[in-house]
Amino acid sequence: MAKNIWVFCEQRDGEIQSVAFELLGVARELAAKTGEKVGALLLGSGVEKKAKDLVAFGADEVYVVDDKNLGYYVTEPYAQAVYSLVKEYEPNVLLFGATSIGRDLAPRLSARLKTGLTADCTKLENDEDGNLFMTRPAFGGNLFATIVCPNHRPQMSTVRPGVMQKLEPDYARKGEVINKTVKFDASKFAVKVVEEVMETQSVDKIEDANILVSCGRGVKDVAPAFEFATKVKGTVSSSRALVDAGIMEQPRQVGQTGKTVRPQAYIAFGISGAIQHLAGMEESEFIIAVNTDKGAPIFKVANLGIVADAQAVLKQLNKIL
Amino acid sequence: MKIIVCIKQVPNTTEIKIDPVTNTLKRDGVPSIINPDDKAALEAALRLKAQCGAEVVALTMGPPQAEKALRETLAMGADAAYLLTDRAFAGSDTLATSTIIAAAVKKLGADAVFCGRQAIDGDTAQVGPQIAEHLGIPQITYAQDVEYCEKKGTLRIKRQFEDRYQTLEVSGLCLITVLSSYAKPRYMNVWDIVSQDEKEIGILTFADLEINPAEIGLGGSPTKVKSTATKQFDKTIETLELDAEQAANAIVEALKQKHLI
Repeated sequence: MAKNIWVFCEQRDGEIQSVAFELLGVARELAAKTGEKVGALLLGSGVEKKAKDLVAFGADEVYVVDDKNLGYYVTEPYAQAVYSLVKEYEPNVLLFGATSIGRDLAPRLSARLKTGLTADCTKLENDEDGNLFMTRPAFGGNLFATIVCPNHRPQMSTVRPGVMQKLEPDYARKGEVINKTVKFDASKFAVKVVEEVMETQSVDKIEDANILVSCGRGVKDVAPAFEFATKVKGTVSSSRALVDAGIMEQPRQVGQTGKTVRPQAYIAFGISGAIQHLAGMEESEFIIAVNTDKGAPIFKVANLGIVADAQAVLKQLNKIL
Repeated sequence: MKIIVCIKQVPNTTEIKIDPVTNTLKRDGVPSIINPDDKAALEAALRLKAQCGAEVVALTMGPPQAEKALRETLAMGADAAYLLTDRAFAGSDTLATSTIIAAAVKKLGADAVFCGRQAIDGDTAQVGPQIAEHLGIPQITYAQDVEYCEKKGTLRIKRQFEDRYQTLEVSGLCLITVLSSYAKPRYMNVWDIVSQDEKEIGILTFADLEINPAEIGLGGSPTKVKSTATKQFDKTIETLELDAEQAANAIVEALKQKHLI
C-alpha cells in the first residue's frame, strides 16, 4: 500500500530552493495526521552534501540521486529518476513546487505514473486514511476548488511558492540519507542543452522582503514609494495595473499572476485590492492599506485601513522619516 | 513539416462572475477567446509556415461552439482545423484530456506539437506535458523563442526559467509549450477571413479515436472536485479617515509598535 509523503526538493546550482523547505513544512503537518514519514527527493549533480539541510527542515528520509545526467534541469532524466524511485517505494503523496521546473516535471510524471495531479495548490489537508485534500484557486482566484484523487497513488500536487510555512531548521533532528543510483535510458534524451544563461536579477526579490511598500493605480509617481521603502529598509512591490502600464517591472508584481508574499508588514498604497491581488498578499503578518475609496476591497484584509490620498501620504512619510 | 497547434477556447476571465449561491460560473454574456498562450503557439507555428512552408493544423477539444475559435485560427492562417467533441469527453481532468488529445494527434500525424504554456481558466500547464508523455516524445515547456534550422532539421528553443534561460536543441517529433510573451499574435487577414468560410472544420469523436473509455471523461479522471467555495475574508477592522499628516503618523506608529523600524 502506498505510504509516506514525498517532496521533490528543487535545487538550482546546488542551492535548495526555498519552496522545497516550505513543502517539507506542510509535509510534516500532513504526516503528523497519518503517522507517515516525510521523504525528500534530492536530485542533481554534486548535491549530496545538502541532504542534512533537508533533514533539518523536516525530512525523515532523504533519497539522493547524485548523477551527471542531472546537472542541468532537463525533463527526461529527472522524470526517469523520480519515476524509478516512486515505483520502488510507492509513496502516498508526491509534492512539487509550482515553479517552472515543478510545473514541467510533475505533469510529465503524472502521465507516466497514470495518476492525478492538482496544479498550483494553496492549501493541503488530509484525513487519517491519508487522503489528500488539495485546494487551489480557479478562474483568476474568484473561486477555490478542493480536489481529491481517491483511487490513484501517489496523490500529486504542485504547490505555490511562498504559501506554506517552513519550519525552523533543527540540525539536531535525525534523518536517514539514502543514496540511490538510477539506470538511465539515455536513448530517450532527445533534448540537448546548448547553453544555460543566468539572468541577472536587476530587481529586488519581493518574496524575501520584511516590509513591502506596494503601489497601485492610486500612486501616480512611484519615486516617493522607492524613497520611503529605502528609509524603512523595505522593498517596493506592485499591483498588476502598474506592471501592465509598464511603470513597474513584472518581478515586483504581487497576486495571482505575480508572486505570493507574506512579509512582516505589507503597506498598500493606492491599491484597490482585486481578488487576484488579495490572493497574493493576504497572508502578510500586518497589512496597512491607504486608499481614497472607502469601499475598496483592500480594506477587508487590512489590519490598519486609512482612507486618504496615497500620494500625499507617501510625501508626508518621506518628510517625517 | 506538419505542426499541430492545440488551442483552448476560454472565457475571458477578467470578466468572470461567480454565482454566490451555487458557486458556479456565470457563463452568460462572458465573451470567449482563444487562450492567449495558445495564440502565441499558433503564431510560432505560422512563422515556421512562412519560413519553411510548414503545414499548420489547429486542434481543440470542446463543445460544438468551440468551432468559433477554430475559425479564428483559420482566419489567422492555419491550413486546417479539427474539433474534438463528444459527450464521452465531458468532465475530463487534465490527464483524461491529454489522453484524448494525444489520440487525436496520433490519428492526424504530426512532426511537432505546439501548445500554449497554460490556459487562463485553469492555469494548470499540465495538458501539454501529459500529451507529450502519452505520445512518448520530448517536451520543451516555457518556450520564449522557437527557431527552425532548415540545414540541420532541428528546432532551437529558448526555454525560460524564473532566474535563467536555456537554449535547447531537439530533432524529431517533439511538443513545445509557448509563452504568450514570445510574440504578439498576428491579426486575422482579409484573404484568410474570406477563404476560411469555405474550409470545413474536421470533427473527431470518440468513435474516430483509439482510446480506452475507462481513461476519459468524468469516470476516467483520477482527480475529482470535492467542493468549491468563494473567497471569504474574516478580518474586520476599523477604517480611519485621516489627512495625510495623521495618516503618515499612524503608519510610522504602527511600524514602530511592530518593531519594524
